[in-house]
Amino acid sequence: MSGFERHRRSGRVIATFTGFEADLLRSLASQMVELLRNERAEPSAPTGDAFDAMMAEFSGATTIPEDPVLARLFPTAYPGDEESAADFRRFTEGGLRDGKASAAGAIIDTLEDAGLPPELTQDGLVIDVELTHAEAETWMRAFTDIRLALATRLGVEAGDEDYWHSLPDDDPRAQAHDIYEWVGYLQETVVEALTAG
Amino acid sequence: MVCVSAASPVEVEPTLTPDEITFLAKPWVTLVWDDPVNLMSYVSYVFQKYFGYDKPKAEKLMLEVHTEGKSVVSTGTREEMERDVQAMHEYGLWATMEKAS
Repeated sequence: MSGFERHRRSGRVIATFTGFEADLLRSLASQMVELLRNERAEPSAPTGDAFDAMMAEFSGATTIPEDPVLARLFPTAYPGDEESAADFRRFTEGGLRDGKASAAGAIIDTLEDAGLPPELTQDGLVIDVELTHAEAETWMRAFTDIRLALATRLGVEAGDEDYWHSLPDDDPRAQAHDIYEWVGYLQETVVEALTAG
Repeated sequence: MVCVSAASPVEVEPTLTPDEITFLAKPWVTLVWDDPVNLMSYVSYVFQKYFGYDKPKAEKLMLEVHTEGKSVVSTGTREEMERDVQAMHEYGLWATMEKAS
């Protein structure tokens, strides 16, 4: 397993993945896109006011998403001020969703352009990724979203590493936590590569 | 006791434009809250990149988030803080805004 590094001459942020790793990253990024696109921002509950109802058809969500992952990705900006929080959400959540979905989509596109086939069948496949500074920042943001999603589903808390490492290797939650740590390692190396030189 | 001499008129600094003459306190702040997920290096990177803070300032704020649970990362008008909170959410940081106390 290796992470990202900065190519000395070109300044590009580069990494080499095994076929398995690239396929796993693509799967995580695809799940993120699906999550962001699936539970569309729902308009708030009808107030009985015909004008409000009509406007709700055209505007974004005003209430916190039900899915805890989405609730973490799109937190309430104004705690204790429901009206301002709803307005903020209406004007920002749609754009934030699109931005996060397109960042995850960029990971998928880059991996496939680098030779990851639609179905991984071949052993010994190696995927070389070479990113510009801006592309690496996009990956870095998408890694954050993926880690937030995994951590929310797993219930990760501060200082709970011992618990996760004490689980048997065949526990699916232990495996998911290993993936969470791996994406964290990748992210750390992207940050290092971006700040190097 | 304040003594004002009526004989010496005060001149307004003529190089200041109205936008630069501010007598209102900047009444809103953006807060970033600690979470168990985001990497310290990443949070520091975001503060440098988005706010243009130098590394020592970014790291000081990041450590404040980490140890105090939250930190005021920017101050300004309500509109400015809405932009900052939105940007923090774009980066996956848990940010809120409130009136400066």
